[in-house]
Amino acid sequence: MSVWLHKQRNLLDFTLSSLSRRRGKTLGMMAVYTAIVFVLASVMLFAHAIRQEAAVVLAKSPEVLVQRMVAGRHDLIPARHLDAIKAIRGVQSAEGRLWGYLFDPAAVANYTLMVPTNPRIEPGMVVIGDGVVRVRSADPGDLMSFRAHDGTLVQFKVDKAIGRDSALVSADLFLVSEDDFRRLFGIPAGLFTDLAISVRNPREVAKIAEKIDAALPDTRIILRDEILRTYESVFDWREGMLLVLLAGSILAFAIFSWEKASGLSAEERREIGILKAVGWETGDVIRLKMQEGLVVSLSAFLIGYLLAYLHVFHFGAGLFEPVLKGWAVLYPKYRLTPFVDELQVATLFFFTVFPYTIATVVPIWRAAIVDPDTVMR
Amino acid sequence: MIHLSDVRKAFNQGKSNEFWALKGIDLSVRAGKVTVFRGPSGSGKTTLLTLVGCLARPTSGRVRLRDRDISGLPERFLTDIRRSTFGFVFQQFNLLKGISAIENVMIPAYPLGRDRKELSARAHALMESLDIGPKAHSNAEWLSGGEAQRVAIARALINDPEVVIADEPTANLDSERSQQFLGIVETLKASGKTVLMTSHDPLVCDTAVVDHVVTLRDGQLVETR
Repeated sequence: MSVWLHKQRNLLDFTLSSLSRRRGKTLGMMAVYTAIVFVLASVMLFAHAIRQEAAVVLAKSPEVLVQRMVAGRHDLIPARHLDAIKAIRGVQSAEGRLWGYLFDPAAVANYTLMVPTNPRIEPGMVVIGDGVVRVRSADPGDLMSFRAHDGTLVQFKVDKAIGRDSALVSADLFLVSEDDFRRLFGIPAGLFTDLAISVRNPREVAKIAEKIDAALPDTRIILRDEILRTYESVFDWREGMLLVLLAGSILAFAIFSWEKASGLSAEERREIGILKAVGWETGDVIRLKMQEGLVVSLSAFLIGYLLAYLHVFHFGAGLFEPVLKGWAVLYPKYRLTPFVDELQVATLFFFTVFPYTIATVVPIWRAAIVDPDTVMR
Repeated sequence: MIHLSDVRKAFNQGKSNEFWALKGIDLSVRAGKVTVFRGPSGSGKTTLLTLVGCLARPTSGRVRLRDRDISGLPERFLTDIRRSTFGFVFQQFNLLKGISAIENVMIPAYPLGRDRKELSARAHALMESLDIGPKAHSNAEWLSGGEAQRVAIARALINDPEVVIADEPTANLDSERSQQFLGIVETLKASGKTVLMTSHDPLVCDTAVVDHVVTLRDGQLVETR
């Protein structure tokens, strides 16, 4: 056993000294390799983390949303529909929601107005998101005025701002009282934007949605799972687009690594001949060269992945931000919660480390099976 | 110790450029003696050395090491015999560039799984005995011709082989360095090693330390003394 260990140690030592002999080639190869892993891992980590973020956010949202449709368009829904829904067995609770969008000409930005039920907002007061704070330079106690639907002025006093921790979903929020919301948009009492339903047994969601649909034919039912799928599709699409754009550089890397890894220089061929002549078996030579490839690819993979992790979770994925996050005036400033998917790591590992190692072994094997007497000729 | 009977070696056999480097060699190499293969360029002396040293297999004929026929062994077994029985000093020395002299010396022992400390100690001792101890940590490409050859000799001796094979050992050395080399050969002989060399240098062939001179021409043995 100790002979085997000594042999592996000696081979590994020699591998490292072989790599340091070709420092320029090794470092160049590692730099390009690291860059590719960094780019791919950044895109993958970001897309995965933001999908997870969406899933976490949506986990707290109602399982079923009911919207009224008139002529194929979303319309305000009457409160009497709530009674019909509450009568369906399996519905835990149902409540009307008031929300909409308000364009602020001063900031040239759209806010998302909502009426929270818990805690309630006092009439004349507003709680604003981090993005609104930024574009309006608003502090608690400041006054903000807007023109209502009938041209009258509605004034709000900033009660407080929402922390940056939830900026991903709250940057453009403008939380007001029910009375102010109805006055601003001219929505009479007894009408809501939509209805939020929670269901007692999650496995019955689809059945209850069917019953609501049958009871209220003028409505559209939106399930939480559908919203989640839509978010996933959006980020899958963006991730795919970016990967397609990067495909050129990935291909260039593949060609570069194949050429570098597989192209044995005359000097390397000579070295293989010397090793064989002084008593190395073909298997020893292949093992040595495979270890060289593994050291390069494994180091590049680890460094590239670590840099991508820092890039995405500590520096806000600055390089791919516009493509992956989208764009808005009220751009949320947030830090993603680190999520790492083991399968994704394994996939990236397989598609980067494995091909490189194979690319190194094939030509080495060809060179290593030549007769050792070539060094004597 | 080594017996060759009707050994022939062809290159590019069956092709238009087929070439027979050896055309039926019968020879015995005695243990503990110094034997020189002499002959002009293209006479087949290096090819003969590669067959004796298990670097290649003959096209026909038999090579026996003691009583074992090694001419038909698969490469793996030949490698095993080569590293335990033979040590090689190549004409161009064939040291690996970019690594230290001592690491070059230790290379043949790596696949044997010997303890690193013991191995390093033996390499240092060998280099000291060849007067190149101070050069142990110099890179191979910084060494002079004589130093490089002594590093190559130390490398040949690291696995303590019974036979040392040297291909044209004085071809790249001046007379003084050649004499020093022959001094080393004398020491090897005194320690019981069998030494096989190729050379057409009279300084080597006519020296007292050499026991046998085998003369080759056009792949055939023309004289043995």
